[in-house]
Formats: sequence, structure tokens, C-alpha cells
Amino acid sequence: MLSAFSPLDKKLIRDLWRIKGQAFAIAAVVAVGVLVFVLLDGSVRSMEASKRTYYERYRFADIFAPVKRAPNHVLKDIAEIEGVGVVEGRINGGAIIDMPGLPAIRAQALSLPMFERPKLNDLYLTAGRMIDATRDDEVILLQGFADAHKLAPGDRIKATMNGAQRSFIVAGLAQSPEFVFTVAPGELVPDDTRFAVMWMSEEALEAAFDLDGAFNEALIGLARGGMTPAIIARLDMILAPYGGFGAYDRADQISNRILIEELDGRAASAKTVPPIFLAVAAFLLNIVITRMIQAERGEIGLMMAFGYSHAEISAHYFKFILIIALLGGVMGCIGGVWVGGDMAKIDMEYYKLPFLVFEANPDTILIGLGISALAASVGLLVALQQISSLTPAVAMSPPAPPDYSKTLSGGAWLKRTLDQPSRMVLRGILRRPMRAIAACVAVGVAMGLSAAMQNLMTGFNHLLEVNFSVVSRADATVSFIEPLSDKTIYELQRMDGVTRVEPFRNVSAKLRNGLYEYRGGVNGMVSVPALSRAVNKDLETIYIREDGVVLSKPLAEILNIAPGDDLTVEVREGRRPTLTLPVVALAESFLGSTVYFEMDALNKALKEPGRVSGAHIQIDPAMNKAVNDKLKAMPAVAGVTLNSQARASFQELMNQGAGAMRFIMAAVAIIITVGVVYNSARIAFAERAHDLASLRVIGFTRRETSFVLLGELAVITLLALPIGAAIGYGLSALVSSAFSTDLYTIPGDIDPRSIGIAAMYVVLAAMASGWLVQRDVNKLDMVSALKTRE
Amino acid sequence: MSAEPRTASDPVESNSAFRTSGITKVYGSGDAAVHALRGVNLDIPKGELVVLLGPSGSGKSTLLNILGGLDTATAGKAYFRDLELTAMDEKELTQYRRNHVGFVFQFYNLMPSLTAIENVELVTEIANNPMAAEEALKIVGLSERLSHFPAQMSGGEQQRVAIARAIAKNPTALFCDEPTGALDSTTGVMVLRALQNVNRELGATTLIITHAAATGAMADRIIHFADGAIRDVVINKTKVSAEEISW
Repeated sequence: MLSAFSPLDKKLIRDLWRIKGQAFAIAAVVAVGVLVFVLLDGSVRSMEASKRTYYERYRFADIFAPVKRAPNHVLKDIAEIEGVGVVEGRINGGAIIDMPGLPAIRAQALSLPMFERPKLNDLYLTAGRMIDATRDDEVILLQGFADAHKLAPGDRIKATMNGAQRSFIVAGLAQSPEFVFTVAPGELVPDDTRFAVMWMSEEALEAAFDLDGAFNEALIGLARGGMTPAIIARLDMILAPYGGFGAYDRADQISNRILIEELDGRAASAKTVPPIFLAVAAFLLNIVITRMIQAERGEIGLMMAFGYSHAEISAHYFKFILIIALLGGVMGCIGGVWVGGDMAKIDMEYYKLPFLVFEANPDTILIGLGISALAASVGLLVALQQISSLTPAVAMSPPAPPDYSKTLSGGAWLKRTLDQPSRMVLRGILRRPMRAIAACVAVGVAMGLSAAMQNLMTGFNHLLEVNFSVVSRADATVSFIEPLSDKTIYELQRMDGVTRVEPFRNVSAKLRNGLYEYRGGVNGMVSVPALSRAVNKDLETIYIREDGVVLSKPLAEILNIAPGDDLTVEVREGRRPTLTLPVVALAESFLGSTVYFEMDALNKALKEPGRVSGAHIQIDPAMNKAVNDKLKAMPAVAGVTLNSQARASFQELMNQGAGAMRFIMAAVAIIITVGVVYNSARIAFAERAHDLASLRVIGFTRRETSFVLLGELAVITLLALPIGAAIGYGLSALVSSAFSTDLYTIPGDIDPRSIGIAAMYVVLAAMASGWLVQRDVNKLDMVSALKTRE
Repeated sequence: MSAEPRTASDPVESNSAFRTSGITKVYGSGDAAVHALRGVNLDIPKGELVVLLGPSGSGKSTLLNILGGLDTATAGKAYFRDLELTAMDEKELTQYRRNHVGFVFQFYNLMPSLTAIENVELVTEIANNPMAAEEALKIVGLSERLSHFPAQMSGGEQQRVAIARAIAKNPTALFCDEPTGALDSTTGVMVLRALQNVNRELGATTLIITHAAATGAMADRIIHFADGAIRDVVINKTKVSAEEISW
């Protein structure tokens, strides 16, 4: 079979087979790099494509304009704004779904046009049928929610809207481009079980929310060339008399925003992670090829003597490492497409996309293979220089013993402290310091990556702990449909089983500091809060003040504002005043971007005294169910968030994302460490086989002989640990901020345990590599090693 | 000495350093089998300087390797004094090499990362009854070059370091496989003289493999090998000193 190949190619194939273990270890490093690239790049492209198609086909609105109550004829005015293509008014109201045995579930009720498909934000029906326009008791449920509660078309659900409970028949299940991510208003993370969307007839909702002939949300689709900011400004003017809450564009739509953030994150990883692997692979290929050229200088000399040119010989060795790199590249591409298919299935479910096919574009694959070839080329660069400096005569004479006289001999100190084998180890490292440093750095990077991911989890747990045990100590948070008189609080206090009640008043607002702005809100709180607090760096309560606002740190960063500065608050509710409030303190906050203000002072500024939006409550655990039932029955309650549930869904979100990444990064650390340490060991073994055999001959035991070889690896591994710790330290801050979103900030402080765990992975990987090479030492053939002269 | 004789029934000749009976070594099997040794019987008295002569592939190196504990025999028995080498396991052979045997090879086999004295210390550190490394180097005439690395020394100097390393443990036996093979004749004579001194002063039984028949003149006993067997053994009554040898 080999006869089809030229003699050089046969040599190539046999050489590859001879170092198959090493070749595979290097190919694995290349493969992981290419896999991550193909997977992430492919998934970003697929998701982008899927998102684009979904948005287009189901006509996702460009601008959303919530309003208190606007008569339908206003839609005509809106349609006339320049750049507006399509307008649709709809009713968007809060509802509560009562599932037997569960706390009240928040829902969003949306109207569907009577006899036509929605012009914007159309539904993708996944089961059942559209509602019958003539019936006001039919709903279409968001599929995610229906799945989470095992609801199917034909089932009945009870929902409370505007205080009145009614029973509905589920006509169908649907997905929608505006609920790719489903996050309940006021909640932070998606949770299918605790938030529902139901679509029903316009008539039914008009009646429920007393919006006959009116709408409370306008959706706008842009015409070609429509300018969003101008349209928003005009919309706000038109809707102001009707209580407009301020129009916003797609970028601020929560589902879309989370989707974009996720895609950005993946795209960034696709650019940053693979180069690390490929640099490591290039380094490994380089030491392999350098070693090989050195060992084969006689053969190279012979080839030169026969008339092969430098270029032909270089090409031969390039082919050698190119094959290894491309092998890794192909494995990576296949693995990437394979894992990508699975990931697409998970993504499709997680993001509620009606269709998502993982497609690795040909150019993704080509780039993937290209970068592996690049790694090979970089690996060859240094080696090329070696070849071109050889002449036939020099190449064919045996090399002089490697010269150690220029490395530190260490003199008396070395002699006193180290025995001969240790000196051999030390000088072996010092003779090729660059190789040792590169190996240390490569292992250090692997460990750093792993430590940073590990730390992300620790940081996240810290976040949960701080937020759900220190900042928020309520058992549940009750929110009202609209601000109510503070008398409602007494009603809660009187409830059996409720042991403590702390009211709050929230308003949505645009927060501004000069050019910096943020769509958020102001949290009005009691001045000495106990159930939901603002805390400082040391996790001590910050008292809420009447003379100024306390800002969460992430928000202060977004707004580029510091204590002493004035914050402009454009309130989006009620009389819509614009307030100027001094910032008096910053609060440590990992969750949410919040402005804290004293509740009465806020109400006073709003000229709405004695209003509350909800309350944090503490519940006697024994009375949990009774309290929940009573809360469900309260008409004013829009929803109840249980602290424990919120924490659990947060935990789940993290376990799926960063949690999985942690294990991937641990695998990465192991692959890189094994790749580097195993290859270094193999190379050291090949270079020293002769010396090692000599040691065995003069009476060194296997163990003592292995020490000379493995000692070097041990030193490299040990030196890599502090480097890894330092890289982990730096990377932690980066990774934490990369994984932080508008919604939560993951603390980037390094936890020593993360470093420890990552170090453990590295040490284990190094030990496994050492064990593999130890077997070679045991097999060392003393007689034949002595016969050959290298 | 950790190795114990496995077969006590064999008679033991008290003055013998090495004794073999029917030593056979076969490499490979079937058609590809190569018979390196075909039943060699040999008896070498203590303290002798023995030269092994013969063409390449005649089996002398194989025998040396088996007697030196580097290789195992396919059949037959080999004894070092009263210890059966062919019955020892890998650990016992290591101890045997470590405490009793000094090796000198054609290509020196020094550690390039250790200086001359450190190369010698490599052995004195692990041996039971070593001499000072400086002393060993003095015996081979290298007192001036203690802290040179192999790369800084000539071939003859490197080989003399190798000899110093071999003798520093005060070996019972010294095995030299083509010790002068890579050297010119002047340097080669220096090396041979060093070996002769060691044999004389330490009383170590010394086996030297060489292609240069003239070397036989300095030996007590010359063994000729041919085709895996001993052709003849010559007892040399008229030993000359190394300086008188030329080839």
C-alpha cells in the first residue's frame, strides 16, 4: 500500500506512527481550539440566522410604545409619522394564573386582532388552533409555560385580570418573537414555570381592562429608511396626553436584549478562546519538530548530499506537522458540528426558537482548518531556521555533546544543596530556558482558564448568598397591579401567618447623568429596611435617605456618576415629573441596577402621597400555603415572587451556562496540561534516552533514573502553578465581567479555593503524563541505547 | 549484596570471578532468529585483565552485556563469584551493577549536563564503598579538569572521565566495550594505561573488548570469539605495559 508514496512520504507516515501518542496529544489540543471555534462561531451564525428569519417571518415589531389608555383613532396619527410602516394597537395587561397547589403565577395577557393575524408580533402556533374570534373564553398559551405545567389544548385554566377571576379554554400553544426569552416584569431571570403569556380576543381584554375602543400598547414596524430616534420622539409627543410611558425600540425589549447579549458573549468567546489553544499547539508542534530535525540531522545531511534543496526538506517537515495540525483541525470540525447539533437542540428549547438548525458554514470550517494550519506554520518557523543553517557535512557528523558550560553551573551553592541528579534536572531546564518558560506559561494559561471558570461559580454563589440571604431577607415579594393606598399594607399585616411586612414604591423612569442614560426605575423603600436592604461593601445596612438617592455600584458605573453628583430622573408614570436628586451613597449590589430612595420622599416628589407598589413579607413557614392562597385571592395582587424560587431559577440559569462551562474549562486545562507535559516529557525522554540508559547501566534504579526525567516535568509543573494562579487572578476579573450582564454583576474577586481546584487539575494531569512516560523509562533498552551515538 | 544464589547445588570455584556454562543468546525467533551466543563456557579468575577479540557480530559484546548485568541470557548459566547472574531479577541486577561493576563504553556515555567531577560523583553518591571522586580523576590523570563539562573536553579526556566514573565505586569488575574505538592511537594508549593501572592497583577483574589485536599484549588472558562461540583462549605469560602497544 505504501508503494504509492514517495520514499519521503513513507518516512513521514512511519515517523507519524512512531510518535502517535504525542501526535495525538497535540492534535487534541488543536482539536479543542478548532472545536470551540466551530461550535461558537457556528452557533452564533445559526442563531443569528434563525433569529433574523424568525423576526422577519413573524414580523417582530421595531418599536414598542406603552401607554395608559389611548383611543384607537390615535393609531392613524401614529401611522402618519414618517418612517412608520405598520402600526398595531393592542392590549397588554397583567394577569394572574391560578394553578392548583401553586402560588399565584404572573402572566401577561395580550390581545389578538379579531379576524386577522396580528400585523406585528405574530404567533407561531405549535399546537391546537388560533382562537375563535367570536368566543371570549379561549386563550392561546405560551408554549414554554404550557410545557412546564403540562397543559395542552383543551385544558382549562383560571386567570384573574383586573381583580376578576375567569376560566378559559386553552385553544392552542404558541411561540412568539417577543418571547424568545420569557422574563416576568420585575423579575431578573427567565423561568418558564413562573411566568405565562396568554393571547386572547381583543374584545375579552377590552372588557377586562376597561379599554373599550382603546389600546395600551402600540407596536410599530419601520418602513424602509425609518429613523428610530425621530419616530420615538414623535410617538412620545403623540402619546403624552394619553399617559404614554415612553416608547422604546427593539434594543430595549427584554427578550431581544438578552438574546443579543448571549450572542455577543458567544461571538466574543469564539474570538478569544481558540487562539489560546492554537498558540499552545504551535508551541508543542515546534518542540516536536525541532527535536525531530535535531535527531535526524544525519538523514537531513544525506538528503542534502543527494541534492534535495532546503525548501524540499523543509516542506517534508512542514507536511509532518501540518498533518498533525490538520488531523486536529478535522477532529475539531467534526466534533464542533456534532456538539453544535446537540447545542442547537438545547438552545432551541432554551431560547424558544421555532427553528434552529446548526449549520457550520463552509467558511467556518475553512477558517477552522486554516487556523490549525496556521498553528503548524508558526510551529515550523523556528525549525526552518535550523534546517537552513545545516550543511551536508555538518549535518552528517554527530553533534557535539550539548554544551552546558554556558548555563549556570551553580558552583559551591549548587554542590552543597543538590545531588547530581537534581543538578541534571536543573541544568536541563536552564539550558533551554525559553522552552521551559513557554511550557510553564502554556500550563499556566490552562490553569488560569480553569481557575477563572471555577471562580465564576464561586463568585456566582457569593452573589446568590449576598442577594438572597443578606440583601433580601424576605420570604416573598408581593406586587400590586398598580400603586395602591398604603392601607393595603394593613391588610397584609393582618393576614395570619404573615409575620412582617415592608412596603415599597417603585416607579419606572429614565435615569440620566448628562449623556449617560439608563431605562430603569426608582425603588422607594422604608428608611430602615429589614427585609430588602441596600448594603455597603462590608454588607452592612445602608440607611435610605430622604435627601438623596443611593445607587447600586453597577448602575453608578453605567451612568458614570459618583456620590455628590446629581442624578436626573425622568419618571415614566403618573404626572411624569423630572426630578433632580443628589447621589448620597453607593450600594454593593450584584443583582439589578437600582436607585434607592426613601418611599415617602419619592411619593412626595411624585405628588402621590401614601402609595405603595407592593411589599416584601416574611411568612411563618407553617402557614406558607394558607398565606399563598390568601394572596392569590387578593384582587389587587399582580404576583407573588417567592425568594426561594427566584434563587432556584437563578441557580439553574447559572448551572446551565457557566456551570457547564466550568467543566469544559476543567477539561481544557487537563487537555492542555497533558498535551504540554506529556509532549515535554516525551521530548525530554527522546533527547535523554541515551543519558538515561547510561544511568541505568552504572547502577541507577528505575526510580532514580525516572527522577532525572520527571524531575524536570515536576519543576515545570510547579513553576506553572504560580503563573496559573496569577493568570487565573487576572482572568477572573475578565471572565466575571464577561459573564455579568445588565441584570447581574458577578464579583471578580478571586477565591483561593478556585486556584486550588485548578491547580489540582494541573497536578493530576501532570502526574498522568509522568506515569505514561515512566513506562517508557521502564522499557528503556540499555544495550541498544549505548550502541547508538546521538 | 541483596542478590542471593538461587541454585546452591552448583559447584563453585573459589578463585573464579566469572564463570559461565552453556550461555546462549538468541535474538528474534523463527526464521529471523539470530544466534548471538551458542553455548559459551568460560572461567575467568579474579583480578585478571582479559581482552576479548573477534570480528563484529561474533558475540563478545553480548557476553559482556550478560556478565555486566545489562542483558539476559536465553539459556545457560552465568556466575559472578558464587552468585548466579542468570537467576537475578531486574532489581538485583541493578544492585549488582551499582555495587560491583564499572563500565566504559566506546562513546563515553557521560552526562552532558554534569561536569567531570559531577559525572564521577554520580556514581560515588550511590555506591557502597566509593573512593573520592577527585582521587578517581587523579588516577586517570585529570586532576586539572575537574569542573569542565563534557563539551569542553577532548574525546580522550571524556573517555578518561568515563574510566574515572567506572572505577570510582571501587568495582569488583570493570567492563570496557571498545574503550579506544573512537580515539586516535596516542590517546588510546593513554586510556589503556589508565585501565591497566586500575587493574593493577584496584585488583578489579577487567574485561576489554577491542578490535585491535595488539591490545592483547597487555592482557593476562586473550579470548578469541567467532560466530557466537569461543574459538580459543590464550594465556599470556609475557604481559607488556600499555605504552609498548601500538596499532
